[in-house]
Amino acid sequence: MISSIVFVLLTGVTVFFFSKRIAEIRANINIGRDLDLSGNVKERLMIMGRVALGQGKLVTRPFAGIMHVFIYVGFIIINIEVLEIFIDGIFGTHRVFYPLLGKDLYYGFINSFEILAFLVLFSCVVFLIRRNAGTIKRFSGKEMTSWPKNDGNIILIVEVLLMIAFLTMNAADSILMIMKDSKLMELGMQHYTEIKIDNFFIVSKYLTGFMPDDANTLHMIERGAWWFHIIGIFAFLNYVPYSKHFHIFIAFPNTYYSRLTPSGDFNNLEAVKKEVELMMDPSADPYAAPSPDENAVPQRFGAKDVNDLSWKQLMDAYSCTECGRCTSVCPANQTGKLLSPRKVMMDTRDRLEEVGKGRKAQGEAFDDGKSLLKDYVTPEELWACTTCNACVEACPVNINPLSIIVDLRRFLVMEESAAPTELNGMFTNIENNGAPWQFSPADRGNWTNEL
Amino acid sequence: MEKINIRTMAEMMAAGEEPEVLFWVGCMGSFDDRAKKITKAFAKILHKANVKFAVLGAEESCTGDPAKRAGNEFLYQMQAFANIQVLNGYGVKKIVTTCPHCFNIMKNEYPELGGKFDVVHHTSFIQRLLKEGRISVEGGVFKGKKITFHDPCYLGRANGIYEAPREILAALDAELSEMKRCRENGLCCGAGGAQMFKEAEKGNKEVNIERTEDALAVKPDIIAAGCPFCNTMMTDGVKHFNKESEIQVKDLAELIAEAADL
Repeated sequence: MISSIVFVLLTGVTVFFFSKRIAEIRANINIGRDLDLSGNVKERLMIMGRVALGQGKLVTRPFAGIMHVFIYVGFIIINIEVLEIFIDGIFGTHRVFYPLLGKDLYYGFINSFEILAFLVLFSCVVFLIRRNAGTIKRFSGKEMTSWPKNDGNIILIVEVLLMIAFLTMNAADSILMIMKDSKLMELGMQHYTEIKIDNFFIVSKYLTGFMPDDANTLHMIERGAWWFHIIGIFAFLNYVPYSKHFHIFIAFPNTYYSRLTPSGDFNNLEAVKKEVELMMDPSADPYAAPSPDENAVPQRFGAKDVNDLSWKQLMDAYSCTECGRCTSVCPANQTGKLLSPRKVMMDTRDRLEEVGKGRKAQGEAFDDGKSLLKDYVTPEELWACTTCNACVEACPVNINPLSIIVDLRRFLVMEESAAPTELNGMFTNIENNGAPWQFSPADRGNWTNEL
Repeated sequence: MEKINIRTMAEMMAAGEEPEVLFWVGCMGSFDDRAKKITKAFAKILHKANVKFAVLGAEESCTGDPAKRAGNEFLYQMQAFANIQVLNGYGVKKIVTTCPHCFNIMKNEYPELGGKFDVVHHTSFIQRLLKEGRISVEGGVFKGKKITFHDPCYLGRANGIYEAPREILAALDAELSEMKRCRENGLCCGAGGAQMFKEAEKGNKEVNIERTEDALAVKPDIIAAGCPFCNTMMTDGVKHFNKESEIQVKDLAELIAEAADL
């Protein structure tokens, strides 16, 4: 009874803090500019199914891809077992699914979880080694400072511990369940005798050899592992939204809202469109526009800070798992330039967190004199980009670092006239000669005389 | 050899005629000496295939691509506005271009600004001419030659066109040898995003050198390109390794024109 109350209280606390954090992230994403991505439900669901649910882009790198699929499938399917643990926790029952499924089915049920648990354990250990051996370049890099590095390790270690707890629990439990000892009745542990299994489970049987014989100690191990496992899951749930591992949730909406147009299609800025129409179209009536709100701050051209980006670009930032596939394929990064698309995403997220906290404390007028551009992402990084879309192609959860890079460039060029000198020359040439070089437009057809 | 007469839209309109397709030459194809060879090769192919085509001539102007990728949305939209007015004024429906940057911007970004055209890259166009039998290449010149194809970012990743250039190469009877990084994984030549017009940011290598190394690794006779910018970058890369006497960098249009003895 007491344990049920403790369990329910713990669940309540977990759900409370988790929801609070989710609301915070939601509010932060909504700091972004409006962008209408409604409709195309079927197409979007297909993309989400292929990329997030089906892990379609992860397996392009087969080794890491398969390992990730193990952890992912394990994570999702073992949740069914967590459901049993959860019900047991609330009602003080013991393996509540056993009577529902019957012996054979229950065996299959637990055995499959144990196999998955083992695969998760195995993959996490491999990932830990890979991540720390220093042989994979993308796990280092200047943005991989102590927190991003620790974050990756913490979650892998927690996963390993959770899986060990799950298997230990099953080992101790199965010994007790097979024991059928009258002593269990005397000790008040008759619930172990109600489940009539006669074999150990497929993986945890290898742990039974390490277990003591004494029923009391076994009971303590079983309970201890049970509580460790479920408290671990609760802790995990509240750690995840502060970590790069939040991708396990947000990858789904993020892939749902993937761009549907070819990746070469960069958006046409609406604000610029209006200005250009007024300038170029003789029939445009400058007074036709509704009288502007006197207090309205004119929208910036491009982006200086996170509030100039769209909500989707901010959702992208929260979806980043810092895997570094984008940076590893970036031509600028590979040739030693400062640009790292992963850093752009991490900077956007870190700045958004900062702005979100500030706004919570000081309201929408929050201004700390800092901005995403320059304080986080420098012009040198931005000017190294070749807009080749390799980062966009590589991202396993359809993040678009390029769109942020271009929006930051737009601010530099249109609001600050801070393009590199050679580019300013190129702009002037286009304006004056209709070509990026200083050639006379009249010479455009010269080649036709050379045939 | 007969002289090919290239007509402008203005001339065609004056004669009350309509072309099958408008050949958008692009700035590089109009002014750059190396790229002009690609333009001429493609014009010869069109002529040979009896495609009724026209150019804009002096009425053509930069699509605004380098300005847009550099962040100058104003200049891009002004260029787009002017070009769309000209194109719509002539009632242009179909456009073919030898430049993936012109192709991408007109296909994807012009429609929203009122420029709705059927835009085709010249590799897709040539592929169709080959398929329809409007041109044929007499095998031989490139038979057995080892060719590697460098995917232009704005053709490949940006628009998902990977097969057309490869089908053209297949028609040449040559041996297509893929680089380690190709198709979706192709590495940029380093010219995109307006990098062509500026010094590279500080680093330890030029992107085109990195890419040329990919190409040299397959020991090709020819590096095929489908973009005048890539062509320049790869040519420079080959020169950097002093391999210009062994390895040629050629546009697909040039290869077809050469194979068809045009």
